[in-house]
Amino acid sequence: MKRIQVAEKNKLWFTLSLILVTISLGSLFIQGLNFGIDFIGGTIVTMELHAPFEEADARGIVDKFDTGADITYAGDAKTQVIITTKKSLNTEERQALFSGFQEKYNLQAADLLSIDTVNPSIGKEMASNAIIAIVVAVLLMLVYITFRFEFLFGITAVIALVHDLIVVLGVYSIFQIQVNSPFIAAMLTVLGYSIMDTVVVFDRIRENRPKFGKHAYLDLVDTSVTQTIVRSINTSLTTLIAITSLYIFGVPAIKDFALPLMVGIAIGTYSSIFNASALWYTIKEYQFKRHEKAIAK
Amino acid sequence: MDKKNIHRKSVIKLIAITLSIALVGYILFYGITVGVYNIGNIGKSINYGLDLTGGVNVVLEAQSTDADPVTSEKIDSSILTIRQRIDSIGVSEPTITKQGDNRIRVSIPSVSDQEEALNLIGKTAQLEFLGPDDSVILTGKDVIDSKGVMQTDNSGVEKAVVTLKFSEEGTKLFADATQKYQGQIIKIKLDDEVISSPTVNVVITSGEAVIEGMKDIDEAGNLASLIRGGALPVKLEPVEIRTIGPTLGQNSLSESIFAGIIGISLVLIFMLVVYRGLGFLADLALLIYIIIVLTIMTALNVTLTLPGIAGLILTVGMAVDANVIIFSRIQEEARSGKSLLTSIDVGFARAFGTILDSNVTTLIAGFVLFFLGSGSVQGFAVTLILGILVSMFTAIVITKRLIKILVKTGLFNNNAFYGL
Repeated sequence: MKRIQVAEKNKLWFTLSLILVTISLGSLFIQGLNFGIDFIGGTIVTMELHAPFEEADARGIVDKFDTGADITYAGDAKTQVIITTKKSLNTEERQALFSGFQEKYNLQAADLLSIDTVNPSIGKEMASNAIIAIVVAVLLMLVYITFRFEFLFGITAVIALVHDLIVVLGVYSIFQIQVNSPFIAAMLTVLGYSIMDTVVVFDRIRENRPKFGKHAYLDLVDTSVTQTIVRSINTSLTTLIAITSLYIFGVPAIKDFALPLMVGIAIGTYSSIFNASALWYTIKEYQFKRHEKAIAK
Repeated sequence: MDKKNIHRKSVIKLIAITLSIALVGYILFYGITVGVYNIGNIGKSINYGLDLTGGVNVVLEAQSTDADPVTSEKIDSSILTIRQRIDSIGVSEPTITKQGDNRIRVSIPSVSDQEEALNLIGKTAQLEFLGPDDSVILTGKDVIDSKGVMQTDNSGVEKAVVTLKFSEEGTKLFADATQKYQGQIIKIKLDDEVISSPTVNVVITSGEAVIEGMKDIDEAGNLASLIRGGALPVKLEPVEIRTIGPTLGQNSLSESIFAGIIGISLVLIFMLVVYRGLGFLADLALLIYIIIVLTIMTALNVTLTLPGIAGLILTVGMAVDANVIIFSRIQEEARSGKSLLTSIDVGFARAFGTILDSNVTTLIAGFVLFFLGSGSVQGFAVTLILGILVSMFTAIVITKRLIKILVKTGLFNNNAFYGL
């Protein structure tokens, strides 16, 4: 098999990643994220109307409660209505809203398909918990890799992870896809999955080390990546196949999980192959050259 | 192929294993009846989450005021009261748990009227009888029984009313008040809302009273059960509500199962195409994996939620990963000139460390999610953790046995079969 030039073309991969990160951060600063009710609070009510409806009719009922509400169609025959308000409606308001539709479309109690209401206070908590969870998870992974491998492996793996996080957030920001609590769970899973890929490559580097010259980092990294790349791609493919079927055939609640997983696994696989070990090589090489210089003096 | 080299015992073993997977799978998904016992049928015995059965999930936050701080005792007694109220409307098995210092999470499966259930849970149900001067005569604490009944009034019209029976002390207080305020109006307030304001015509010493003005018998019955259950010691504000109607839940379940089956089938085909003979073994191992995970979930009574299904499908991808690592290793060893059986042993030994290290990192993510997440996120974490543990077991223990048996059968001795 032709050798993959990860360490050899490290500048190319770093440039590519830098571009991705810059675009992502740019979008995050300029338009930010489109947070859903889990984070900013609000109410989502879904009803089965049994017949196609005019948005204007629905708007007439909804405007009494929140003029900024989103009204969208759902269901196979577009007979369901989803009303999303930015302010969280209290029990009386929700009941009045449902009564409004009940009268107009002659609905039964069971036609109220689902209600989701989140107070803004809960949303703020959720956001801070999410950040804590991600920081804790990353630190624990760093500790584990340092313990099983070495600190430099750990820190490069974590840098690759931060890259994955930023790019997935960037994708969500660029396309303004709504971010709710499943996104956080998916992000943490992506962290675990992406580092799993990275560990497999590092594991091979660790194993191959005695076979190469003490400072033949370039050969060591590129050979190891070449040996593991088929596995990396194949496992990411199987996972992507499974998750993509969920995304295509699943219900909205499952799609919220599947989409960030798909994006994250794709990015994670890229960074595990092309970033983590290239970064390790670059730092090792830099340390080695500095050491040589010190001796030469 | 040399027929003499075929090892009979191993062939039988392999066929037996394949058949037993099929049998166990059949029992698991369709169930069989042996005498009076129903065995299997995981679809019926697994514990489904609210998002799949429909139901109401509410997080209530106790509102603290300076005069009336929230205490742990108040939360505990609120939980008791809420449980009584839900039991009184006779719905199945609510789960009521304390969350943090000042929150209560209430989950009720299979609720047909979502708003009604929400109403019942959060009402403080502070019942007060007030005199014309707004002095409190008696409160819900003085009521020992209450019922919603149909009653014919003076004009012969049948109306839904709530009957009240006072305690001994309440009877006395009520008698005194009706004496004092004869001909005047008494207000009956529920949660600061006047629900009835009857005029006192006679002195009532029987210790009984009725609240009129109910819409129908259901409303009367609900109010009666609120009064019976007693007032909540604190004001509870719903901060998060998630309800799902029963039909939506059912749809989600069947659509997710369909999506899952397609996803898993595609993975099985992929493995077969890419890894051929070894892929077939990986597929067998994957089916065993699915059977074990579902069995453990049923045995431990783990609740299966929609995010949980996503987690399960994700771990199917991961379970394959361990096999891929092992197979790549075996292929590498075989290419370096070792015999097939030696390659298998060396390949497994080498792959073990890799699989362990790579799975521990994902386990870390799973545990962080479990301990720091809530609700739906926890459901995802549970299946993720369970899936990783079982997938390591099937990859390392079961796949190894399967491969050795297959090689020993001598049926397939050409390297192409093993994707070499």
